[in-house]
Amino acid sequence: MIEKKVREIKVEFGVVEKIYWVEILRGLWITNRHFMVNMTAHILRAIGLKPKKDYSATIQYPEELRPIHHRWRGRHRLTVKQNGDIRCTSCMMCETVCPCDCIHIVPGESADPEVEKFPEEFFIDVLRCCFCGLCEEACPVDAIRMDVMDFDLAGYTRDIVFDKEFLMGLTDERAWEKWDVFPPDSKESADAA
Amino acid sequence: MDSMFILVALAKIFTVISIVMGLATLLTWVERKQSAIIQDRIGANRADIFGFRVIGLFHPIADAIKMLTKEDFIPPFANIWLHMLAPAISYVPVLLVFAVIPFGPNIEIGGQVIQSQIANINIGLLYIFGFGGLAVYGTVIGGWCSNNKYALLGSMRAAVQMISYEVCLGLSLVGAIMIYGTVDLSQMVMEQSGHWFGWIPRWGIFLQPLGALLFLPAAIAENKRIPFDLPEAESEIIGYFTEYSGLKAGLFMMTEFIEIVVVAALFTLIFLGGWHLPWLAWDGFHWPWGGVASLNVWIVKALQFGTYFFKIAVMIYFFILVRWTLPRFRFDQLVKLGWNYLLPLALLNLLITGVLLVLFG
Repeated sequence: MIEKKVREIKVEFGVVEKIYWVEILRGLWITNRHFMVNMTAHILRAIGLKPKKDYSATIQYPEELRPIHHRWRGRHRLTVKQNGDIRCTSCMMCETVCPCDCIHIVPGESADPEVEKFPEEFFIDVLRCCFCGLCEEACPVDAIRMDVMDFDLAGYTRDIVFDKEFLMGLTDERAWEKWDVFPPDSKESADAA
Repeated sequence: MDSMFILVALAKIFTVISIVMGLATLLTWVERKQSAIIQDRIGANRADIFGFRVIGLFHPIADAIKMLTKEDFIPPFANIWLHMLAPAISYVPVLLVFAVIPFGPNIEIGGQVIQSQIANINIGLLYIFGFGGLAVYGTVIGGWCSNNKYALLGSMRAAVQMISYEVCLGLSLVGAIMIYGTVDLSQMVMEQSGHWFGWIPRWGIFLQPLGALLFLPAAIAENKRIPFDLPEAESEIIGYFTEYSGLKAGLFMMTEFIEIVVVAALFTLIFLGGWHLPWLAWDGFHWPWGGVASLNVWIVKALQFGTYFFKIAVMIYFFILVRWTLPRFRFDQLVKLGWNYLLPLALLNLLITGVLLVLFG
């Protein structure tokens, strides 16, 4: 038998609290106060006088963005050296460690005599990626990072694949948005046409 | 029955229907925005036409377009005729109630007095109770014919709730009927003009405080709004209009919003003095301390129309405020409240009113 030490706190409802109308009125007063304070702030802002603090918790996306923490693990990017060459030596460690098989690297011989290889193609299939960060941890030369502070990764197709130029930051275009839904030489596009 | 009478009646019907439908549509926007501001956020403000957002006033139009273009799905093995009929049975009585609800004071045009009421029948309030009873049919039939066990349970909950609170609704108003001696709503408002001791307006809420206090929960329960919205409770329990999509569900929602306007209008007419502004008589303000600020008759009428709609707006504000203040009732608490607490209080109100009427006349 284990004796539990229990402290009992008795809450007694007073007479005023048992008539629920009084409590309801107190609740209505709190709600009403929220409305009046917020409405006054909104009207003042509409006239032009800016109140001191923000009277609404809404972040109006896409005009305003939520501030992102500096340890955010987001979109991938391929880092470059100071002379502009890509840092990646296509050692395939990230492709090997990726649990989702979403990285595809085609290695090639680099023009720089001190560097053996560089990636000719570097594709990341973002729709397969689980954003685990293992590729970032596995890379021995700090070539791939996952710290782009952008969460607007949506596309209109089922083929969202980042290529090397996009990952290096050389292009701003989201090339996958220009593709059709199905690859051009597949059975589905032939059916749809 | 000359053509002038028919023309005036048609004009009144057109006015009332446009005001009511417009108000119900606006109410969806008001509800969204007011709920948002109470909760410290901004409401829906993204629907725009050519870049003009107008604080989200185009959202009701977007909702209407959405409802019109959704697929009309009748569940298999459901009763097709009843499925199509249930939204109409729910919607029509609520619109018909507006035939006896006045929307302002009498207007005199060219020597002829036009009442701002479509039908001048002398059983006004009883007509409203009758059609309020018909409103139960829409919900019950809606849940029954869906071939869905849970929708049926939802409609049974709705039926129990509406029937229990209809008794209380009626009884809470009988006290007011006894005091004013009439069931006609515009007569009731006319009896609420004037002041006691020059300062306190002769509104129904001062004569019948308990009746007003009982009318409010009964009205909110008839309307199936929070805190009495267990029959339909949005995302927590399956309601009775689960199997309706598109315009049929839209009609059920419009029923609810128009009923809010009905109940707000009833409370304003019976307990809040209708269109009377304190100290405003037919020719201007008669201040209690002696002065008279005389105004043109048309300005007085416009002020009275404005006061009426302002009071209805205050009542609607109150209903939305109650929605976000109180938690939902459990079903046994709901039924117990209706029969064990509100009904005896309504009868007590009746008793006290009767005794006081006999004693003081």
